[in-house]
Amino acid sequence: MHTEEPVARTGPQTGPAGASEPAGYRRAGRRPPAVLLVPATVAAVLALLPLGYLAVRSLERGPGFAWDIVANERTAQLLGRSLGLAGVVVAASLVLGVSLAWLTVRTALPGARAWSVLVTLPLAVPSYVAAFAWLSAFPQLAGFTGAAVALTLVSFPYVYLPVTAALRGTDPAQEEVSRSLGLGPVRTFWRVTLPQVRPAAAGGGVLVALYVFSDFGAVSLMRYDTFTRGIYTSYRASFDRTPAAALSVVLVVVTVLLVAAEARTRGRAGHARTGGGTARRAVPAPLGRMKGPALTWCGAVAAVAVAFPLGTLGYWLAVGNSATWEPGRLLDTAGTTLGVAAAGAALTTLLALPVGVIAARHRGRAAHLLEQSAYAGHALPGITVALALVFFAVRYAHPLYQELPLLVCAYAVLFLPVAVAATRAAVLQAPPVLEDVARALGRSPLRVLRDVTVPLAAPGFAAGAALTFVVCMKELPATLLLRPTGMDTLATRLWTETGVGSFAAAAPYAVTLILLAAVPSYLLGRHRT
Amino acid sequence: MRRPSARRLTALVAAAMLLPALAGCGSDEKAGLVIYSGRNEKLVKPLLDELEKAVGTTVEVRYGDSAELAAQILEEGDKTTAGLFFSQDAGALGALSTEGRLKKLPQASLDKVGAQFRGGAGDWVGTSGRVRVLAYDPDTVTKAPDSVHDLTKPEWRGKIGYVPTNASFQAFVTGMRVLEGDDATRTWLKGLKANDPKVYENNLKVLDAVGEGEVSLGLINHYYWYEKVAEDGADKVGAKIHFLPGGDPGALVNVAGAGILKGSTQAPVAQKAVDFLLSKRAQTYFADDTKEYPLAAGVTSSVKDLPPLDSLDAPKIDLGKLDSLQETLKMLQDVGMV
Repeated sequence: MHTEEPVARTGPQTGPAGASEPAGYRRAGRRPPAVLLVPATVAAVLALLPLGYLAVRSLERGPGFAWDIVANERTAQLLGRSLGLAGVVVAASLVLGVSLAWLTVRTALPGARAWSVLVTLPLAVPSYVAAFAWLSAFPQLAGFTGAAVALTLVSFPYVYLPVTAALRGTDPAQEEVSRSLGLGPVRTFWRVTLPQVRPAAAGGGVLVALYVFSDFGAVSLMRYDTFTRGIYTSYRASFDRTPAAALSVVLVVVTVLLVAAEARTRGRAGHARTGGGTARRAVPAPLGRMKGPALTWCGAVAAVAVAFPLGTLGYWLAVGNSATWEPGRLLDTAGTTLGVAAAGAALTTLLALPVGVIAARHRGRAAHLLEQSAYAGHALPGITVALALVFFAVRYAHPLYQELPLLVCAYAVLFLPVAVAATRAAVLQAPPVLEDVARALGRSPLRVLRDVTVPLAAPGFAAGAALTFVVCMKELPATLLLRPTGMDTLATRLWTETGVGSFAAAAPYAVTLILLAAVPSYLLGRHRT
Repeated sequence: MRRPSARRLTALVAAAMLLPALAGCGSDEKAGLVIYSGRNEKLVKPLLDELEKAVGTTVEVRYGDSAELAAQILEEGDKTTAGLFFSQDAGALGALSTEGRLKKLPQASLDKVGAQFRGGAGDWVGTSGRVRVLAYDPDTVTKAPDSVHDLTKPEWRGKIGYVPTNASFQAFVTGMRVLEGDDATRTWLKGLKANDPKVYENNLKVLDAVGEGEVSLGLINHYYWYEKVAEDGADKVGAKIHFLPGGDPGALVNVAGAGILKGSTQAPVAQKAVDFLLSKRAQTYFADDTKEYPLAAGVTSSVKDLPPLDSLDAPKIDLGKLDSLQETLKMLQDVGMV
């Protein structure tokens, strides 16, 4: 926990002090009210459970043993590989996400609405399915390139979605002023638009990085050794949880540093409009000669990220006589998947609400710690989080063990950051002055939250819930260990079928998973504020 | 406009929270035996359905990955819900045995299989066997090599397919370390690596690559070939397989097996389950349906061309010693294979 010390200090140093900020941007007080603080603390404690488990496990043979593992040369090497992969995937996702968001929201791109749906759909593709599709077509991609390609193509919507929301939420007036002052569309983009979407892009970038850190499926299929794969290998090879736990602690530390760094670059600029009247829909920028290249760009992304994996699945469906359709079972599994994913999304969104509001509106050590705690579980491999919950449930909540509530809690630990990021971004765009007015009129913090903040940020919460819903549907390792005995989700069926090597038999489950996950993705893509 | 949207959101959330609660209803029935199965559902479900009838009580099966289920059992400790662990490989059973989580089996059960196919401490027993073989392309290979040591010869440069991440391959390397020592194994791995073998993601891909002439030789388990012949028809499978003679380390026989969890109240019925897995019926199932080797004496395979286990010249090795996988992985990492 020592590592969080500098993290907590960065906050007050980065931005101007509260008193010197322009009145319109002023946040609520330093100390979050109890109505936010208590539930946020519950969420943080839940999210920190795996960390507590890791501390117990990694130290059970003494700090010396743990240190030997952490200080191993290979640890540094694996960490370097994870960071390198995350760097490339985040950079590529930022380029894809921001460019596509700008094209679909701010320009006169033909079919913008359809494109916005299409480029959100890759969210529905599990990383292991994407990796397999690429590998089966291009075996030579195996390694860093393949892992980077597969991970970028499934995770860039994490950047695209918040940036799109930010662009839709910002007042176009600033850009119009910029253009009326003689700046071209490109310079307006760099000097006005980009700074406005920077917090959303950075938040999305962090999610992409965490996704890369925790991914096992894609890197495993691509045979690219990353930190997570090292942790997995350690479990599998020796059934020894101590080295795996010590390595996991390193991953948590890296996550905290990453989130802190993002908070630093995020700055303290306000992003809500504060003037009179309401924001208008932006007048789309004409593309002119850029129309052809812009369409080609969108088409190429949709082709490689959506059409290609679906085409590969279609091919699996068509070939092989091991394809055994069990419509009853498929329907059953799909229903279960929808149920647990919905419950996971609901709990995660509820827990994320107070944390996200505090992250957007409050400052100080407590606020920082709460937000960073929420991210702790996200970089960890699903199996680590699952084993942590096994550990706690067996000891302290045995009646819950291998029951649905525990699985739903695991989803919340794993995906809290997804919902927190969405919530924070949504709240940031709601003018704080309205909350101040409500408070000045004597409303209690709870009523301010209920009557002002939540309704203003509702689309953002909904987006966060939909996103969490999709990632819950795709989750595999925690589901395997924590589901009630006999329960199956589409992801576990997929695992069962591919386990005996019959990808043709797995294809119906993969297709169903993608189609179901495509519904919330579709809604996210066409969602307009 | 604001209030209704918030209310709708609340309603949705509430509905979503109710769904699993409803789904959870009626799942309280306590099973007589809980099996944690590291063996794939596709392969063993029909057999475990029969097992339920044979042991005369309800059986619940939790399918998962062998290593992950073993880690879960270790994490659950005394409070494990499992009565029986049915593992894909000897390594996961060895890990539970080392941690003292398995109950000693009655000698009568142990004696049903050869001494080399059971745990050294007598707390787990092999239920079926699989043999490492060489797949070869008969179009380009007139005579497959008789030893994995031949694979480092220049004539096979760029012509070998294998899966370095596969558990069976790693168990085979561990076996080689036990049989021939670390230095010899490291030298062999370096020689293989220098021969530029092609890496595939699973054994089936290797078999396909051999069948299509992409490579000439492949290191796989025997049953992949028999499965493929059963699925595609013999005339469609281009590859042939060769059982290595002379106790070569490349001919390692590894096992799937079962162990009873120590302290489990389900131990008596778990014992019945172990005996069922070693019965003629179950052993015939492994032979005919999963194309593995039956291990219990007196059962032979009806699968055409599958040579009897005792006719194979497998290396003599204590499977319990295959638990030093960590060192094998370190070696594979050092050589640059994984």
